[in-house]
Amino acid sequence: MTTLDDKAKEVSPDVVGDTNQTSSPDNCNCENKGKDSGGFILLFFIIGLAAALVAGWIIFPKLLYSQKKQPIDFNHALHNELVEEGCESCHFFREDGSFSGVPKLAQCIECHEEVQGEDPEEEKFVETYVANENEVPWLVYSRQPDCVFFSHAAHVKAAEMDCTVCHGHIGESTHLKTYEENRISGYSRDIWGKNIAGFKKNTWDRMKMDDCAKCHQKETGSKGACFQCHK
Amino acid sequence: MKLNRRNFLSLGVGVVAGTTLSPLPWKLMDDVSIWTQNWPWTPVPPDGEVTYEKSVCTLCPGGCGITVRKIDDRAVKIEGIEGHPVNDGGVCLLGLSGLQLLYGPTRIKSPLKRVGERGEGKWQTISWNQALTEVAVKLGELRSNDRSHTVACISGSDQGTVPGLLNRFLTAYGSPNYIRTPSIHDSYEIALSLMHGGQSSAGFDVENADFVLSFGSGIIDGWMSPVRMIKANSIWKNEKSKVVQIEPRLSNTAAKSDTWVPIKPGTDAALALGLAHVIIKESLYNKDFVEKYAFDFNAFKTIVLESFGPDDVAKITGVDKKTILSLAKQFAGASKPLAICGRGQGKTPGSIDEVAAVHALNALVGNINKPGGVWAVSQPDYIKWPEVQMDAVASSGMKRERVDGAGSEKFPNANYLLNRWVGAVNSSKESPVQALFITDANPCYTLSDTSVVKKAFDRIPFVVSFSSNINETALNADLILPSHASLERYEDVPLSAGLTKSVIALSKPVVKPQFNTKHVGDVIIEIAKKLGGSIEEAFPWDDYETCLKATLGDKWDALVENGYWSDPDFGVPPWEGAFATGSMKFEFLGVVRARGGEKDVQAKHLFTPVTIEGNEKSYPLTLIPYDSLRLANGSIGDPPFAIKTVEDTVLKHKDVFIEMNPETAEAYDISEGDYAVLNTPKGKARVKIHLFDGIMPGLVAMPTGLGHTGPDEYLAGKGINFNELIGPVEDADFGLDVVWGIRANLTKA
Repeated sequence: MTTLDDKAKEVSPDVVGDTNQTSSPDNCNCENKGKDSGGFILLFFIIGLAAALVAGWIIFPKLLYSQKKQPIDFNHALHNELVEEGCESCHFFREDGSFSGVPKLAQCIECHEEVQGEDPEEEKFVETYVANENEVPWLVYSRQPDCVFFSHAAHVKAAEMDCTVCHGHIGESTHLKTYEENRISGYSRDIWGKNIAGFKKNTWDRMKMDDCAKCHQKETGSKGACFQCHK
Repeated sequence: MKLNRRNFLSLGVGVVAGTTLSPLPWKLMDDVSIWTQNWPWTPVPPDGEVTYEKSVCTLCPGGCGITVRKIDDRAVKIEGIEGHPVNDGGVCLLGLSGLQLLYGPTRIKSPLKRVGERGEGKWQTISWNQALTEVAVKLGELRSNDRSHTVACISGSDQGTVPGLLNRFLTAYGSPNYIRTPSIHDSYEIALSLMHGGQSSAGFDVENADFVLSFGSGIIDGWMSPVRMIKANSIWKNEKSKVVQIEPRLSNTAAKSDTWVPIKPGTDAALALGLAHVIIKESLYNKDFVEKYAFDFNAFKTIVLESFGPDDVAKITGVDKKTILSLAKQFAGASKPLAICGRGQGKTPGSIDEVAAVHALNALVGNINKPGGVWAVSQPDYIKWPEVQMDAVASSGMKRERVDGAGSEKFPNANYLLNRWVGAVNSSKESPVQALFITDANPCYTLSDTSVVKKAFDRIPFVVSFSSNINETALNADLILPSHASLERYEDVPLSAGLTKSVIALSKPVVKPQFNTKHVGDVIIEIAKKLGGSIEEAFPWDDYETCLKATLGDKWDALVENGYWSDPDFGVPPWEGAFATGSMKFEFLGVVRARGGEKDVQAKHLFTPVTIEGNEKSYPLTLIPYDSLRLANGSIGDPPFAIKTVEDTVLKHKDVFIEMNPETAEAYDISEGDYAVLNTPKGKARVKIHLFDGIMPGLVAMPTGLGHTGPDEYLAGKGINFNELIGPVEDADFGLDVVWGIRANLTKA
């Protein structure tokens, strides 16, 4: 910034030198102009900087993600109290070791063939999906891009990791948060993390490759090879 | 405060600095890279639970056991069942492509009624109720006018409950006109009934044979059961078994055989008899079998020794004497020799003389009902429905002679004669068929001289197709009642394609019906119920599934679990008691006697060359077809996956190549890739020339399975249907179409 001011000052004598030396008032005006324009330059710089920072930190994240509501506001806490095997009661491992992920309608129907309680969300679920045998189009917060291979069995069964390490305490939530979909990639905001700068406090705040690598480095001594996940 | 150049630049610098200090560029870069690595328009198959469902492939008669890999409710891959008696884990190109026939866009999605002219392809979607009512009304009308016998049904099979129900329907309705599409099985069935006695189909214990003498059978080109044969071929290579391929063209089978013997086309029977001559003359035959279990060996011996000496045979067949002697000795000297026939894939019946002569070779070496030999296999007898109680109309209708003349005084040995049926429809003043049902068949494509077949269809006022896509025959129908695809339905499939075991397979609904289609079995039951009376009474089942479960009884559980049921008590009868002919022995001259050579056996009764159409002067070349595993040529055409595998010396863009020996090409001053017009007495076609040393001079060969009009852009309009260029040649005594080629000429285009 000083450089700009200096330059402005340096320019003035040159200009003076080129003009008639007796015309001092002009000279004075020039110097005043230079000071004024130096201030404006700074001002404009600050405006630009501030606008870009606001755009980058506040507006951009709002524009980048679209807000989507889950089809049914599922209460994890309520269900968790009723089941015996915790998360695995519904998010179970199949016989072949593959992970079932989000439960299918068939599982829900085991209990919810008819409306059981008074929750309007349950009623909506039964009427819209159970009655018509339509699968619920759940929006999956933790869905990784298609180019990523991930085995739950290796992490949960073999390494005995807790679900919360990656998924946090979703099992204790009473409502489903708004699903924020990245307009460019189409994946959930939870992969990059809520914090647009990518800072995280908890292990479950972010699900990027670096997070996988960090844990792998710590637990296995190696970040792992590309093809372990990108097959 | 003015936005001059300096200020503007300063603003810009500020924006750049601010942007750099914000997450925007870094986050955008990350998102864009994820986006580019996972293009949203690239289809990603949904993840889900992996399951496998065992079933049977019904795309050809081979009967391979398949296990279909599913992700949730979607079938994603077809694999072979390990340990299955037919294919033991293998699967062919057509089988692999089966999912395209299930999910492909050309499926017929609901019943269709023709609104334009026949063949125009203009359809109106109608409801099942309307479709079935229309059929019932038409059938009711014909029946009330005492014309029940004018209803006919063409089917690809006569085994199992669906053909059984169709046949039962015709019986209860009053028509004897159930017709199976022709194949080599017709010839084998007739030959076996005359030589062994009784009804049986030929089983080939190929896996255990140590010397295979193939008279033109495309063993690894799709003969009988393609995957089983390819597996057998591997066994032969490992066991160092010998394979001799006798045919005028170097097919894949010939190329992979130990010896290829080029022969003048249509003279195979003479060669087989020539080999028999040597075997008998040199006393190399199995004396135990011939003396104890054969009825007429001496008569056979006399005529063969008299008329089929190696010199004569060499002249007829073009195979030199030395080769004849050597082949005969090798064949008779092998411990488990097997002689087989059925040209190419065996899609046409072919000459019964040929089957009889080849089968006589097996009998001479005693390799009948023995490991590595030919077995007469009776079909599993599990359909035990109560006899149809026919009313007066049905009884009188059933007494009528069949339209095709099979089983009549003229052709007492034939079961089905579709080629004659076409002739009968065309030659009568009024079509003897007033209503026709077609299932699992595409006669307007697969029969010789398709234009005549289409003409016959034009003369039939009411044609109903059960096809699940618009093939050439469905295009000429009035109503299409689309059947479930093979992966959507239950159906029992008794395996008969040359298997030496009695096996029933079960086709299972791997996925739910994708469209508004209906099982053929259910359609028959519903029509019967609409017609009422004794017809309805003949179908005491609520639906097809109930019928099938009741029919299969205690076999059902095993069928559902394994996909097939194999008769544990099955074994071929020992020679003693194996034959049900008049003499209760094997009859070398069974076929000859049926030809009228009862008293005075002459050489012509054993071998009369099949004269092909066209005179040699106007048509100096001989056109023969060839079959390939890459080109499905039955009722189902190549799915997109399969057609993409066809070499560009067979099909390039839309042009088909005919194979020609360079020597022949020289005479025509024609070179590789040139266009030419191929003329036969039946039609002409623009073709390209492929020079091939593996075809005998004077012959040209054309692939089968091309020239479809549908069902999709991948297949339609590519190449020429060989059947448009050839006409049937009828066997005078048995009525079968025995054609093997046609004369042709060529003009450079």
